[in-house]
Amino acid sequence: MDLEYSAEEIAFRDEVRQFLAENLPLEIAAKVDAGGELEKQDMERWHAILNAKGWLAATWPVEYGGTGWSTVERHIFSEECALHNAPRLVPFGLSMLGPVLIKFGTEEQKREILPRILDGRDWWCQGFSEPGAGSDLASMTTRAVRDGDDYVVNGQKTWTTLGQYANKIFCLVRTGTGGKPQAGISFLNVDLDTPGVEMRPIKLIDGGHEVNEVFFTDARVPAANLVGEENAGWTIAKYLLTHERTNIAGIGFSLKDLERYRRMASAMTRDGRKLSEHPIHAAALAELEADLEALQISNLRMLANARDGAASPIDSSLLKLKGTQLRQDILALMRSARGPDAAFWDESPANTNSDLPPHADHVAPTYFNNRKLSIFGGSNESQRNIVAQTLFR
Amino acid sequence: MDFSISQDHQMLADSLRRYFSDKYPIELRNKAGYSAPFHSPEVWTDLAELGVIGAFIDEDHGGFGGTAQDIAVVFEEVGRALCCEPLLGALMGARLLALSGQDQAAEDIVAGTARAAVAIFEPGVVCNLGAISAEARQLGGEWRLFGHKNAIYGGPGADLVLIAAHAGGKIGLFLAQSPDMQAAPMIDGGGIGDLVMDGLPAACICEDASAMIEETLDLARIALCAEANGAMDRLIAMTTDYLKQRQQFGRPLATFQALQHRLVDMVMELEQSKSITIRAVASFGSDDQARHVAMAKNLIGRAGTKISEEAIQLHGGIGMTWEYAGSHYAKRLVMIDHQLGDRHDHAGRLAAMD
Repeated sequence: MDLEYSAEEIAFRDEVRQFLAENLPLEIAAKVDAGGELEKQDMERWHAILNAKGWLAATWPVEYGGTGWSTVERHIFSEECALHNAPRLVPFGLSMLGPVLIKFGTEEQKREILPRILDGRDWWCQGFSEPGAGSDLASMTTRAVRDGDDYVVNGQKTWTTLGQYANKIFCLVRTGTGGKPQAGISFLNVDLDTPGVEMRPIKLIDGGHEVNEVFFTDARVPAANLVGEENAGWTIAKYLLTHERTNIAGIGFSLKDLERYRRMASAMTRDGRKLSEHPIHAAALAELEADLEALQISNLRMLANARDGAASPIDSSLLKLKGTQLRQDILALMRSARGPDAAFWDESPANTNSDLPPHADHVAPTYFNNRKLSIFGGSNESQRNIVAQTLFR
Repeated sequence: MDFSISQDHQMLADSLRRYFSDKYPIELRNKAGYSAPFHSPEVWTDLAELGVIGAFIDEDHGGFGGTAQDIAVVFEEVGRALCCEPLLGALMGARLLALSGQDQAAEDIVAGTARAAVAIFEPGVVCNLGAISAEARQLGGEWRLFGHKNAIYGGPGADLVLIAAHAGGKIGLFLAQSPDMQAAPMIDGGGIGDLVMDGLPAACICEDASAMIEETLDLARIALCAEANGAMDRLIAMTTDYLKQRQQFGRPLATFQALQHRLVDMVMELEQSKSITIRAVASFGSDDQARHVAMAKNLIGRAGTKISEEAIQLHGGIGMTWEYAGSHYAKRLVMIDHQLGDRHDHAGRLAAMD
């Protein structure tokens, strides 16, 4: 048994570290570290820096402008990015649509769309969930009816993350009826400036604007925008949702949050002693550290399985479950450490000119916002169902 | 043995519940609670007229209540309606003013014509009164205050701010008129302020106030526990309704046993919370007061957080939205744990008691 990375992998990690140290803008890293919201240009700037280096599309083959990295290299890269406070890359073009087109798209679609994802001309968002179709995605009802060279789309999508910055959306639409609900679904790309497409913001629990709803009213979309065969969308969606989940445990984010917590606890006093010496906080931290140590090994075991072609279908579900629970527990402890000052609230967390007293920060909004972790990306209940169905098959 | 509340208390609860349900929709609450002045002056006047603030002190001081039970009855309805008016400041302020013999000021609070807030704790001091460092000095025959008070509930816009500070080897209580403070909304609604004092003029209303401050803090903790009980009750009802109504996979979510069991656990936590509050109310003023109040605040800190997290999760994305009232209940319940000592602070206090 050998728990260490190979010499090549360590050399790769050092290269990533050096690149991040030299190229990640300090002001962006500081915003990420403070837990503030990033602006669109921050995300675009980091996207362009990685693209210039050729390190943007970690999961794509080299021939399409990807890195060609192994699963272990991808893991090292994403962990180092989190540890250095790099912004999280918006996944919809890079990790979702890109791999889908590479597997299911026509040559023309690949040539046309992939370069525009890389150079940032297109910002994609996702149109899967609907008000009546969350965990039960196959019950979705947004309809696309073929009319000449177009589809006419009617319906509503929701929880469209960062849709306010996007110019394109990939959607699941219903093109067939009868049979199983999964059978009549197609995968369709839509320009957001198409007449009849309207995006409206959804305000979240922490006051932030992160998700949207998208309404389609007789929107005419060229049939050439279909990805894969008509009525084959479910297969594509399943591929998209299960593709490349090596980062699903969010290890880097948890490592970084624990580091922030330690920094915070050693700088704070609580009723006359350092918070880091408060026995209850110290015990809670120790347990979280044990959990995270184990989760890191679980993640590496899964990576090794994937590398060796021996991945289990429940690996990613278990990692998602534990990874999100752990991160939420860390954020709860940070919130708790802040004591009464956690209540101070500034509606625009990125605003550094705020009226907040200097000892108040964004731990409470961050905690509330990240309750989403166990809801999105396949709710934790859905993940438990996947594991249970495998166990009791 | 009899766990029923008196007819008078039931009438008070009913009239409050009716008022909130008729006059205090969530839209009004959210509009008032998240932007200056962080409450609704109209609602405040109504609450004073309904006798809500009068229930906080006894008849000798212009009120008509003042028992822990009176306070619990009011705050449970406050929690059920998610009312974010600055009642905690009024409760603590009216009590401390009455106990300090400031009868006119206490009457003004009860009448709703003046608003009070208390400034006791400081950055890094959340529960231990003895660890505060603010000082009062006499300069030219006038008291001046020095130090930093944080997280003053209902502080923004308060007319009377009661401030704890060291003077002459004791902790005294000082009264300042409308001091300027750094004001912000709380993430769960309502106003909060920080007060940096560098020679703030104030009147000394009690030279040795430790005992009355501790007693008032415990009463305020009971109020927070009762508020949490009302909010938990409502949030569990909303979650139950949602699971009954929301269909996935061709049937209501309420038919999934895994989800039913989670509701059961939430109800169990609520029952425990109600019971420990009853215990603390009954022990108020007795030798067991500090222990039972610390137990209540600890237990309810845990229960409120768990119920909030589960309610959000069981609602799915809807539970994360601003538009859904449940998200604001969840925030309030989590943040109640941060007020006047959290679950960890009170567990620590309990562990240190004989």
